[in-house]
Amino acid sequence: MARFLAKRIAGAFVVLALVSLMSFAIIWLVPGDPTAAFLDTSATPEQVARLRHELGLDQPMIIQMLDWYGRILHGDLGHSILLNRSVTAAILERLPVTLSLAGVALTLALIAGVSAGIVAAVNHNRWPDQVVMTAALFGLSVPDFWLGIMLILLLAVKFDFFPTGGYVPISEDPLGWLDSIVMPAMTLAVIQVGFIARMTRASMLEVLNQDFIRTADAKGLTRTEIMLHHGLPNALVPVLTVAGIVAGALLGGAVIIEQVFSIPGVGRLIIGGILSRDYPVIQGGLLFLAVIYLGVNLAVDILYAAVDPRVRLE
Amino acid sequence: MARPILEVKGLTTTLAGGTITILEDVSFGLQPGEVLGVVGESGSGKSMLALSVMGLLPKAVRRTAGRIVLDGEDLAALSPDRWRERRGSDLAMIFQEPMTALNPVMRVGDQVAEVLRRQGIPAKKARQETINLFRKVEIPSPEQRVRGYPHELSGGMRQRVMIAIALAANPKVLIADEPTTALDVTVQAQILDLLRKLQKERGLSLVFITHDLGVIAEIADRVLVLYAGRVAEIAPVRKIFDNPQHPYTRALLASIPEIDRPRGRLVTIEGAVPSIGAMPKGCRYASRCPFRRDICEQESPRLGLVSSDQAAACVQPFGFEKPQEEALA
Repeated sequence: MARFLAKRIAGAFVVLALVSLMSFAIIWLVPGDPTAAFLDTSATPEQVARLRHELGLDQPMIIQMLDWYGRILHGDLGHSILLNRSVTAAILERLPVTLSLAGVALTLALIAGVSAGIVAAVNHNRWPDQVVMTAALFGLSVPDFWLGIMLILLLAVKFDFFPTGGYVPISEDPLGWLDSIVMPAMTLAVIQVGFIARMTRASMLEVLNQDFIRTADAKGLTRTEIMLHHGLPNALVPVLTVAGIVAGALLGGAVIIEQVFSIPGVGRLIIGGILSRDYPVIQGGLLFLAVIYLGVNLAVDILYAAVDPRVRLE
Repeated sequence: MARPILEVKGLTTTLAGGTITILEDVSFGLQPGEVLGVVGESGSGKSMLALSVMGLLPKAVRRTAGRIVLDGEDLAALSPDRWRERRGSDLAMIFQEPMTALNPVMRVGDQVAEVLRRQGIPAKKARQETINLFRKVEIPSPEQRVRGYPHELSGGMRQRVMIAIALAANPKVLIADEPTTALDVTVQAQILDLLRKLQKERGLSLVFITHDLGVIAEIADRVLVLYAGRVAEIAPVRKIFDNPQHPYTRALLASIPEIDRPRGRLVTIEGAVPSIGAMPKGCRYASRCPFRRDICEQESPRLGLVSSDQAAACVQPFGFEKPQEEALA
């Protein structure tokens, strides 16, 4: 187990090195620089040049890169040009928002997706299966921003169940937090429910055809016992992979939904950074997302070993 | 003879909405403490017979006729739920593939204890009893092994776990469906010895399914020969080997390779089993039978007594005359 983990962590560092290089290099492919957003159009070339010098943008690329690596090795993601504060602080401030949104969405998606998948598999080719599969296809196909807007129109504007947007920290007002998080989390979860339900169904159907299910049947166990003790634990192994992908997508990919519901999460921070060419925010944000993805994947690997004893040996 | 512990009467199963017959009018009895060997080639319906008795037929297969009387009670007349309650208590089964028959993510001890727990045995006692059962099936260091997972065990050890699961039920009838086929030859012998020993010790009533006549000779008291879903012959094991009455039984025996036979091509049975959807009208063995007469292709022979304890489904069983070796060669 320790060796398995050590190998995984070593691998994660290689990936991080590559990502940091790419997130540094990628901004050179985008035209424009932060001076355009910082100064107005009447700025003289001298003013622009002075700002570029202050920001270190007039240095050769290699120096800028070494500078960037020197800083991130000290845990410093740099200073945001536009926000005029440290990128680390800006990310950490928004992290609880992104985490709660992703956490609630993932929980909803897993509960609904796994149960729907089981119902479909147990009723294979009968009407509950068809209903679940149709709903799952709908969930996968509907654009999330559209669904978000529709939910706002229906549940916030027309019926006033939830606020139209914004975010209340849980430390301030737990009920208000729940109120603010339910709709965006639901919107995010809908797509993932479809994904997880289809995966659970396929995996469960495969498991139910295995010999050991027949063995369980020969033991005289009830159908429920067979499903819960023999079917589900085996079917969940591939579902775990999907859950990892979903968690990664939710943590890094809630950008559009954060925009729709005006939630100040990490995704919105990065989008803002990209639009204003705020290089440190882009670079730091991307690196941060990569760390999150790697962390989730590592957690999934560890969970594998917990769910499937065969993994431990490898 | 005593009342049979298990009696199957006129069992018929079909596939695809009744258009294809898998087992046809299969009848036999199993005495308490007896080992009934069931032989037949692949596709003869051996496994379907086992699954029929267990009530575990695949969805596509239907039992269209027949009674399955266990200790005086017709299982076929029970609701699926009542039949299920008989499994893991009165009925137990050992499967062919020990590599896949165990749940890979559950400790093997728990897979045995599960059966004991069903009988209302408390968890702690079930754990102790599982260790005892592991000892019974000769698994070394049972205290450690119960906590292991299937992938940590060899095929032979897994089959021993399967046997422990079957014994945990303390069944009235145990069905073993080719329990040694998937194992190495040396392990086969060990498992066979173990089963024979347990059968003697506990007086198990055992239906032992195999395609291996050598195994039959070692373990069975009586033998049922299945051909293409029908009973070809049923008789005590000595009579099957010394005085087979059905031409198919005789051909099967002739095809056993013998170590002291002069070298040459292995003896085989000409032709093949008719395909499942295209069974001939008359005797299903007729196309391969060297003793075939016109009548064989017209009507299917009924299982008839040749002597008090031997029955064959043939219009002209051999009777007691000497085997016609040259006709088979």
